Amino acid sequence: MRAPVRLTLNGHPVEATCPDERVLLDLLREELNLTGTKRGCDLGTCGCCTVLLDGRPVLSCLTLARLADGRSVTTIEGISPPSGLSPLQRSFVEHGATQCGFCTPGFIVAATALLREHPHPSRDEVVRGLSGNLCRCTGYAKIIEAVLAAAEGR
Amino acid sequence: MDASARPDPLRLLGGRIPYVEGPLKVTGRAEYTDDLKRPGMLVGRLLRSPWAHARIRSIDPSAARALPGVYAVLTGERYPTAFGVLPITHDETAIAVGKVRYIGDILAAVAAQDEATAERALAAIRVDVEPLAEHTDPKVGIAPVTDPIHARGLHGSNVQKEVAQHFGDVDAAFARAAHTVRVRGSFAGVTHAFTEPMATIAEATPDGRLTVWSATQVPHYLHRALSEVLGLPMHRIRVIKPEVGGGFGGKSDPLPHEIACAALALETGRPVKILFDREDVFLTNHGRHPTQNDLRVAADAEGHLLAYDLTAAIDGGAWSSFGTVTTYYNGVLAMGPYRVPNFRYHGRRVYTNRPPSGAMRAHGGTNVRYTIEVALDELAEKIGVDPFELRRRNALAPHSTTVNQFRITSTSFLACLNAVRAASAWESSFRRLPFGEGIGLGCGFYISGSNSPIHFTPKMPQSTVHLKVDMDGGIAVHSMQADIGQGSNTLLAAIVAEVVGVDLERVHVVRVDSDVSPIDLGSYSSRVTFMMGNAARRAAEELKGRLVHGASELLGYPPEQIRVGPERFEVAHRPDLAVTYLEALHRAMERTGALTASGAYSSPPMGGSFKGARAGTAPAYSFAAYVARVAVDAETGDYRVGKVWAAFDCGRPLNRLAVEGQIEGSIHMGLGQLMGESLNYRGARLMNPSLLDYKIPMPMQMPEVECLLVGAEDPEGPFGAKEAGEGPLVATLPAVANALYDAVGVRFTDLPITPDKVVKGIETRRREGRAWKGD
Ligand code: FES
Ligand code: FES
Repeated sequence: MRAPVRLTLNGHPVEATCPDERVLLDLLREELNLTGTKRGCDLGTCGCCTVLLDGRPVLSCLTLARLADGRSVTTIEGISPPSGLSPLQRSFVEHGATQCGFCTPGFIVAATALLREHPHPSRDEVVRGLSGNLCRCTGYAKIIEAVLAAAEGR
Repeated sequence: MDASARPDPLRLLGGRIPYVEGPLKVTGRAEYTDDLKRPGMLVGRLLRSPWAHARIRSIDPSAARALPGVYAVLTGERYPTAFGVLPITHDETAIAVGKVRYIGDILAAVAAQDEATAERALAAIRVDVEPLAEHTDPKVGIAPVTDPIHARGLHGSNVQKEVAQHFGDVDAAFARAAHTVRVRGSFAGVTHAFTEPMATIAEATPDGRLTVWSATQVPHYLHRALSEVLGLPMHRIRVIKPEVGGGFGGKSDPLPHEIACAALALETGRPVKILFDREDVFLTNHGRHPTQNDLRVAADAEGHLLAYDLTAAIDGGAWSSFGTVTTYYNGVLAMGPYRVPNFRYHGRRVYTNRPPSGAMRAHGGTNVRYTIEVALDELAEKIGVDPFELRRRNALAPHSTTVNQFRITSTSFLACLNAVRAASAWESSFRRLPFGEGIGLGCGFYISGSNSPIHFTPKMPQSTVHLKVDMDGGIAVHSMQADIGQGSNTLLAAIVAEVVGVDLERVHVVRVDSDVSPIDLGSYSSRVTFMMGNAARRAAEELKGRLVHGASELLGYPPEQIRVGPERFEVAHRPDLAVTYLEALHRAMERTGALTASGAYSSPPMGGSFKGARAGTAPAYSFAAYVARVAVDAETGDYRVGKVWAAFDCGRPLNRLAVEGQIEGSIHMGLGQLMGESLNYRGARLMNPSLLDYKIPMPMQMPEVECLLVGAEDPEGPFGAKEAGEGPLVATLPAVANALYDAVGVRFTDLPITPDKVVKGIETRRREGRAWKGD
């Protein structure tokens, strides 16, 4: 079955036709060429594919594209300002919170949602808020530091 | 060189330098292989063997080929040339020829218009095999077997490599020893679990050229393997390395799917992409070898080490990969950070019908280090000396030679011990914390680059760096060093900017592309900072010389009197007389146009002349001393590592941000192996090929980490630096194990140390009536 999916993607209305079983990650990466969202496992275990659905983080590899119908989706491309970096992104760069970078879009998306909900999170809240994302490079230390620093406007 | 003799302090190096490509990574704009598309690109897919060991009677691709939308179906006979990362052990083919050797081995490769068609094609391939006995026990494989996995196994067995070395007289040392200890370590296989699955795109064009984009740590070895197997001269193959989402050794072999992808591109004339799913990644493995080792240590009455007697039984899986090196390293990397005057090693790596093991961060040095450091903890207790004191008494001296003729130059091992002891409040904690809490010391030693390149022909430097600067003043840097997240692009740019005296943003590291990047042997063996760093420094010095010449002509003072300032060149004793960088540049290029410069590094000759003497020789070594603190729940066996104090000697740290990142990431990976990661097999079948069932530590499991960078400058490293990419891992595991001993009085030698083993260990100790801290 192919039904049109209408969603607001990064603030713009988008219409796409895709089979019922198509997941949001494939719609984004393969059809719409938004490759900032990463495919680390395709099984809901790594968090690399995190996007915001109506402002809440979801794993796009587990989310059927048609579930986004009538809703708003924000990807890393939508979180990034047209030029330059968001304060959180800048903090990631300055604190060394990105190494290979493959997990980074997922972390930025998840942490952006976290900071919207808790503008001044405790360390524990950051750790818990990011527990759906895996990073094999950093040991998380600098990621947590970067999120806390961004929250404190450091 | 001593600090006072250095003319100018460093501007950039030694500080905290954010990654130059960081802005691309945090916005999702960094391009990884799977982010690339080529016009008309086909989907490549691999048919993987469901059999662990079988002779292929026939493969019939005709039904698959007949499907609409299928462009090619290849089987092994098309490109049967064997390859492998080491020239002496070529035992892999792009696609299986004659036999399959593990569940996951590649039987056929398909190129189709889309995924669904490719899947249908795979299902339509008919394979007829004769199953053979499965070999999964390396102990059995040391004797001759029927149907050995490879014809090249020693004497009809499955032994891939056997190493026997003896330095000094171990038996005599044991005969006069006052103390001996013995530890037998057992280590499950673990894997890299980088976040980016492997991906390759290949495209053959009508001009007779083949371009391959691949997630690889070593573009040069891939380049060679493609040429050998496909029968194309290297100059007609172009290898491009996009951003790589982590490697840790898992992307350092040329891998069969990369060659199969290129073969499909040649066959179809269309671009082809092969993207791995997570199961493919697990089956491709090349992780740390399942290993059993056995170490006997002899010491005199004061705890001076007299001898190690060491054996290792290593499960290699289906291929050789780096296995010959692995077999040596599991022995020879025991030769630091302590002086051991007598050493005997017997190691065997045995093929099994399991996914191949290979190189993983701190390759060959991790498991042996664990056993040594646990044994020394035991020895210190037996003799009644503090574990720090025991290590101090045995520390290798700077500028010394080990019994197997490793050349030791700089070592700040004692400084590591002192720093970590003070920072961790060792004095008031060791054996003084209540039952269930503990503190432990583990130390480390690792190569800073392998002195011995894998290929000896043609003779060439291990690293070459080219610079090009035109009238715009931007400096383009070309080198085949492979940034896989460790920050080598940043270091390369920073070294050039430092030497030439320009702002970092003027320097642009060009993506690795064999058409323009001069050869560097890539990211493995912790070689990049040392080797690329030296090459970059030399290239930058050459460029600086040209610029100084231009400045000298403009200023009317001889070049020796020109000093490099930030973005300017000035007369040393008259700093008011200066020209800008661009003025000097434009003068220097008046007759030649764009300036180019080149620098290279080859490590000096070293090592003994016996068989295997080169293994483990390195132009420098890193040293480490870590203290870990743990809290154990004796009822459930759960434990938490609260803090790790990590004193590390990487010489002068050139980018503190990156060095800390390497240490923190290494501790993550080390804790994973220690606490829970394990590739679990039922017979030949990998039972947990997913990140759900193979769990790497999550944020809440990570301890606080305090990095203590105490290294003194290395005499040969670039600006005094040594490696920090792999050495930081090895001390982690024994530090925690020794802390567990301090906490609950149990020696754990079977990794991973899961809670059930902790409970069992405590019960056994109690049953045996050995009290520990009142328990
Ligand atoms: S790709 Fe979605 S969680 Fe891994
Ligand atoms: S930076 Fe590499 S996985 Fe997180």
